[in-house]
Amino acid sequence: MSKIRIVHYINQFFAQKGGEEMAHIPAEKVAGKVGPGMALEEAFKGEAEIVATIICGDSYFNENLEKAQKEIIEMIKEEKPDMFIAGPAFNAGRYGVACGTIAEAVKNELNIPVLTGMYIENPGADMFKSKVYICPTKNSAAGMKDAVSKMAPLALKLAKGEAIGASCEDNYMPNGIRKNFFDVKRGSARAVDMLLAKLADKPFETEYPMPSFDRVAPHAAIKDLSKAKIAFVTSGGIVAKGNPDHIESSNASHFGKYCIEGINDFTPENSETAHGGYDPVYANADADRVIPLDVMREFVADGTVGALHEYYYSTVGNGTAVASAKKFGEAIAEDLKAAGVDGVILTST
Amino acid sequence: MVKAIEKAGFPVVHICTVTPISMTVGANRIVPAVAIPHPLGDPNWDLEEERAIRRSLLKKAFHALTTEVEDQTIFED
Amino acid sequence: MKRLELGYVNIKDVQFADKSEVRDGVLYVNQEEIKAIVMEDETIKNVSFDIARPGESVRITPVKDVIEPRVKVEGPGGVFPGMLCKPETVGSGRTHVLRGCAVVTAGKIVGFQEGIIDMTGPGAKYTPFSKLNNFVMVIEPVDGLKQHEYEHAVRMAGFKVAAKLGELAKELTPDEVKVFETPNVKEGIEMYPNLPRVAYVQMLQSQGLLHDTYVYGVDAKRSLSSMIFPTETMDCAIVSGNCVSACDKNTTYHHQNNPVVADLFEQHGKTLNFVGVIITNENVYLADKQRSSDWAAKLAELLGVDGVIVSQEGFGNPDTDLIMNCVKIEKKGIKTTIITDEYAGQDGKSQSLADADPLATAVVTGGNANEVITLPKMDKVIGTLDYVDKIAGGHAGSLAADGTITAELQVITGATNELGFNCLSAR
Repeated sequence: MSKIRIVHYINQFFAQKGGEEMAHIPAEKVAGKVGPGMALEEAFKGEAEIVATIICGDSYFNENLEKAQKEIIEMIKEEKPDMFIAGPAFNAGRYGVACGTIAEAVKNELNIPVLTGMYIENPGADMFKSKVYICPTKNSAAGMKDAVSKMAPLALKLAKGEAIGASCEDNYMPNGIRKNFFDVKRGSARAVDMLLAKLADKPFETEYPMPSFDRVAPHAAIKDLSKAKIAFVTSGGIVAKGNPDHIESSNASHFGKYCIEGINDFTPENSETAHGGYDPVYANADADRVIPLDVMREFVADGTVGALHEYYYSTVGNGTAVASAKKFGEAIAEDLKAAGVDGVILTST
Repeated sequence: MVKAIEKAGFPVVHICTVTPISMTVGANRIVPAVAIPHPLGDPNWDLEEERAIRRSLLKKAFHALTTEVEDQTIFED
Repeated sequence: MKRLELGYVNIKDVQFADKSEVRDGVLYVNQEEIKAIVMEDETIKNVSFDIARPGESVRITPVKDVIEPRVKVEGPGGVFPGMLCKPETVGSGRTHVLRGCAVVTAGKIVGFQEGIIDMTGPGAKYTPFSKLNNFVMVIEPVDGLKQHEYEHAVRMAGFKVAAKLGELAKELTPDEVKVFETPNVKEGIEMYPNLPRVAYVQMLQSQGLLHDTYVYGVDAKRSLSSMIFPTETMDCAIVSGNCVSACDKNTTYHHQNNPVVADLFEQHGKTLNFVGVIITNENVYLADKQRSSDWAAKLAELLGVDGVIVSQEGFGNPDTDLIMNCVKIEKKGIKTTIITDEYAGQDGKSQSLADADPLATAVVTGGNANEVITLPKMDKVIGTLDYVDKIAGGHAGSLAADGTITAELQVITGATNELGFNCLSAR
């Protein structure tokens, strides 16, 4: 039997083209395997080969969504592959979204099996886990070996058209399709184990997560903006010059609070970004591009807006755990309440 | 972060580039931004033009904050 | 201290014979003797018997109940209290069990919800009863008998025969004896001061014909939530009167061998202190649901337990009872794990439960009952295939001309049991 033909998609970073400064590069195709493709191919043990690798910058992909998809699909089509793999993207948000987007597009347009991998909290996971098979990975590239050990067997199964078992059997993120399987222990014993873990405050995994409740009802609108006090919050990592609070560039552990009293315009002298997930050149040159302080001052001056809160709050959204973000939000809200703020503009990069 | 702040009792407008993520994350008032590294600006234009972009985005944000919504809403215009 | 010894007599085969007895692990049954017992009921026109063994190409349908023969050897009361004998409190002394066999009641359909047991093939994997040597009774009612009376007649016939066969083990030396002890609340706290105290909340289906459960002979829907010693269940204090959507209804066999009771006993005194069983119903009125779940939570609170396992029976509106029980108990500061099953559609894409709550953080599932299964033709059918298209989980065309059945897992007796009897799960 001839080998299964696979096309692999990776971003500029995993192609060793560079980091954020190279995130703008358009898609290109090279023959054979590149970077993580080597480990994948090795894990296929001769059953499949990576015939081509598509390399694309994360920013290019996300900012030129339709164009990039079209280009990439054409490149893939030429290879007549049996299967398409994207990533793994770990906790890189835009890479994860790109992997999910292109995998879904390939599945729909070329009608071949597709697979990607990423960390469970990567925004691409929630967006695409019900559309394409996604293997859960660790949150950084240090988990490559683990990711490959999950992705390679599932890729082969998909490529061969074999029946796919339950998510916990074949190592993919639960995709909203419930599948039966025979567990090792009977249900009652599993229930006793689960209760003992819960009683001991140890981690346990429910077999049926309750359907998503995670929505907050919209708060009532501001009645009169000219009397309202507005605050800025950003996940774009804008901090006072020198990053005095040492906000981490990824998976931030805290947020910063910065006084903007008397500042009418962000400049390279008074601000910078601590964010490690996007090209910082533009924000460092003019942080108004992330927090629109300059024009906000105008709106306050002409009475459109009542007042601007004298502090802004900032953290780095890059790879930051959902639980941390929630914690930050709650703490910021406490502060905003004390300051009598009426509404919030939250900007993200 | 958006949800936690809104839950605490504030209307929040989320200005971001990748709006589908914002939808997944659960923001209620969403304004699409320019690009990931410069959501409220565009280095291809000169400063005054960039400020015009910012003004227009902020106006959309004001509109969002002063509009009652029942469900997640993207304020395109 | 409530103490029960269960003496297991292993049964490896069932055969018809001139004399009813248990010898060398074989249950011999005199058909005429058993028939006479069944025919005491004037509403029964006829009964026939058959034997279905593990691995045989046999399909039993429509199955109503499965019952394990047991007998009281020492201690107060008798098996099936309130049904066959006085409602004297059981659960102490000694009881013998014919392990490895069961009485299966089948016959003309009552509603359209009875199940299928396949003794071999893909369907056999899903029902625990394919592993037993089954003594099957196919019962025919007298003409014009009302549904309720017919259901009652079949139910009682099953118990009587199971009790009769159980008596054959009364004088035997069991192959294995297990001892189950439940201290009272005070004793338990003194004996295991450092172990978490755990109760079991068992929800009993109680929604009418073929949806009922009986406790000491009392129809569960007519009772408030209550408490029993776990060993009482082993003496048949709780029996089944239901088989609607047979996959997740507890047969009497399930109640006799309640796996939650067994697995909590397994950990009792080691990792937890198994305090007792709270039984509650699943009625059809909202007020009843609210009252019963209030009471279940109140009893858990009164016991002062740290944790509770809640098992459901059935699906749909009982999902609300399940969630009410879970949420109300959690709100008392008691941690819960709940056992349910799923109706996620044939494609597995629908929401699995009719009700849900974020406090239900620990859920065990018996699987998706809507998953479609193909059951190949069996060489022999005990009962009749006349109703396969009609039973819950079947559909018009379920039964193909060649005898193959294509239907949802729902049709298989005990497939997605919510006491956690099986290994089946879903993700």
